Amino acid sequence: MRKIIIAIMAMVLAPTLSYAGSKAEVLHWWTSGGEAKALQVLKDDFAAKGGVWSDMPVAGGGGDAAMQTLKARIVANDAPAAAQIKGPTIQAYDREGVVAPYNIDAVAKAEGWDKLLSKQVASHMKCDNGKAYCAAPVNIHRIDWFWANKKVLDSNGIKMPTSWDEFNAAADKLQAKGIIPLAHGSQPWQDATVFEAVALGIGGNKFYKKAFVDADAKTLGSSTMVKIFDQMRKLKGYTDPGSPGRDWNVATGMVMEGKAAFQLMGDWAKGEFAAAGLKPDVDYYCASTPSDNGYLYNVDSFIFFKIKGDEKVEGQKLLASLMMGKNFQKVFNIYKGSIPARLDVPMDDFDKCAKKSNADLNTAAKKGGLLPSFAHGMTLELGVKGAIQDVVTEHFNSDMSSQDAVKKLSAAVKAAS
Amino acid sequence: MFWLKRNLPRLVIAPSFGVLAWFVYGFILWTIYISFTKSKLLPVYDIWGLDQYFRLWSMPRWHVAVENLFIFTTLFIVFCIFIGILLAILLDQKIRAEGFLRTVYLYPMALSFIVTGTAWRWMLNPSLGIEKFAQDLGFVNFTFDWLVTPGMSIYTIVIAGVWQSSGFIMAIFLAGLRSVDDEIIKAAKIDGASLVSVYTKIILPMMRPVFMSAIVILVHLAIKSYDLVIALTAGGPGISSDMPAVFMTQMAFHRSEIGLASASAIMMFLTVSAIVVPYLYSELKREDDRK
Repeated sequence: MRKIIIAIMAMVLAPTLSYAGSKAEVLHWWTSGGEAKALQVLKDDFAAKGGVWSDMPVAGGGGDAAMQTLKARIVANDAPAAAQIKGPTIQAYDREGVVAPYNIDAVAKAEGWDKLLSKQVASHMKCDNGKAYCAAPVNIHRIDWFWANKKVLDSNGIKMPTSWDEFNAAADKLQAKGIIPLAHGSQPWQDATVFEAVALGIGGNKFYKKAFVDADAKTLGSSTMVKIFDQMRKLKGYTDPGSPGRDWNVATGMVMEGKAAFQLMGDWAKGEFAAAGLKPDVDYYCASTPSDNGYLYNVDSFIFFKIKGDEKVEGQKLLASLMMGKNFQKVFNIYKGSIPARLDVPMDDFDKCAKKSNADLNTAAKKGGLLPSFAHGMTLELGVKGAIQDVVTEHFNSDMSSQDAVKKLSAAVKAAS
Repeated sequence: MFWLKRNLPRLVIAPSFGVLAWFVYGFILWTIYISFTKSKLLPVYDIWGLDQYFRLWSMPRWHVAVENLFIFTTLFIVFCIFIGILLAILLDQKIRAEGFLRTVYLYPMALSFIVTGTAWRWMLNPSLGIEKFAQDLGFVNFTFDWLVTPGMSIYTIVIAGVWQSSGFIMAIFLAGLRSVDDEIIKAAKIDGASLVSVYTKIILPMMRPVFMSAIVILVHLAIKSYDLVIALTAGGPGISSDMPAVFMTQMAFHRSEIGLASASAIMMFLTVSAIVVPYLYSELKREDDRK
């Protein structure tokens, strides 16, 4: 009995005994194949610089489980060094007073992050009214992508659509031939993903910004919004009956097999094609959804919490510097399917879709089309975002009229904010 | 020494009592407190009043969840008890291989709701399961697409829930039936009562306490049902099969609305207490009467 107790004590105490120069505990939910590989790059970099990485992966549910763990840790006054947090939630944590002092700001200033990042991305990483860096970006995902099966499109004489009318025409043609035009999993977040791409396309860049960045009541209740819901109703008709509740990667599989022609999904879908050994422009097409040089982005980032202990603060600084490092940004994003947040990483080793994403990003930034994705939590408070998502998914999965949906949308946003 | 001997039972029970008091009742009080605050991302402790409750009841989604809870709870209890009693009575006819059959019906209870939900999700999926099977057999017009039909998805949860729990209710009733004195049945039969009226008029009325326990067990299973919904429909299509427990988790951990989530948790707590407290009261009172 005594031996067992000693063994248990040893196990509990062991991690606290082995410490070196810099230490960092990192909470994340990148546990699946490509993501885990991508993160390993960072762990290796960190170890090479003599740091002790203590991993805190919380798998499952797109980070829900991780958020529960994180909140419990913060309430218990035991925040990890860094956690995978993005969008306005970064500033929300700052308002709760758990981020300041901004340990990594000195690193950011010394390395000149203001020059390495686009203004838009940098603004998401700053706390205290944009004065100090408190988070480090690791990638940029594009949301408004169409993925299509090349064989299906070519054999039916269909090109990647450049307007939503073109898409509808193509979809009608495919449907007549017994092919599912749109592979979709009707889960709330997937419905919202499609919705924001449609809103960007039909409403335009200014409309999108007013509706989903400023949450302007007039715009949310406008006749343009009715048109957007009309298009959503059309898209519903292009999906198959098995769509509700389907996971996104299953929908991607339908495109790969040629059962369905298109899927609207962020560029993590590329990972599924790559895992199956398929290549862009050979087996599948990637193109942005129809819009006027719009680009919906999702920037994954790590926030750095207030922690005690010099070696832990050193760990945070080292971590931030490595995350922004050229090597990590390149290797990580090749694995992850996204593009680097840092502007000066050469794109030579990336695939065609990533190169297009990078080029489009620059064009969009110039033309005012570079916009944050609301479906993926880059804009709007989470409560407001959730309220919009509820209405979108309810409309998509019922026979609610577009007018009713718009009325509900305005009411829900008002109630949530 | 004498003191120790006298107080030993108290000392032994004290830690578990303390843990229970803190982690169950303490946190109930904490949740009540939080529901009166403006807590969003993290808990804050400034009292804000009843506003979270007003917000909660102004949300259409909460109304959907509450309505679903009533549909689900009612149907779940009625069907579980009906099927449970039926199975128990049939098994009570001194049949062969009773032990084996009892295990067969009780076995679903050994599964977690996640497994039940996932299995039924596949079976009810129109492009994978029952519908496709029937259509492949040649019944081309056969449709069974409740899982993906907004107004009907809540009933699929009832189906899966009843499948899982009715065997357990059967076991409870079987135990109840076995405790009925054979002499009563024999006496009734001598008086010329048919088997049906023996059960409906004599035995089942005698089993009032068994009904009560079954209902209380089923009610709290129904109100807490979270994993089944998540595995089967995840609240969808849309939000049509949302339930209060799902709503609460969503608000607390996806939407940074801890105050609102606490308010919904308290509403659930009050619903459970409204049913369990009178029951406990009547049971305890009866025990007192016996003394």
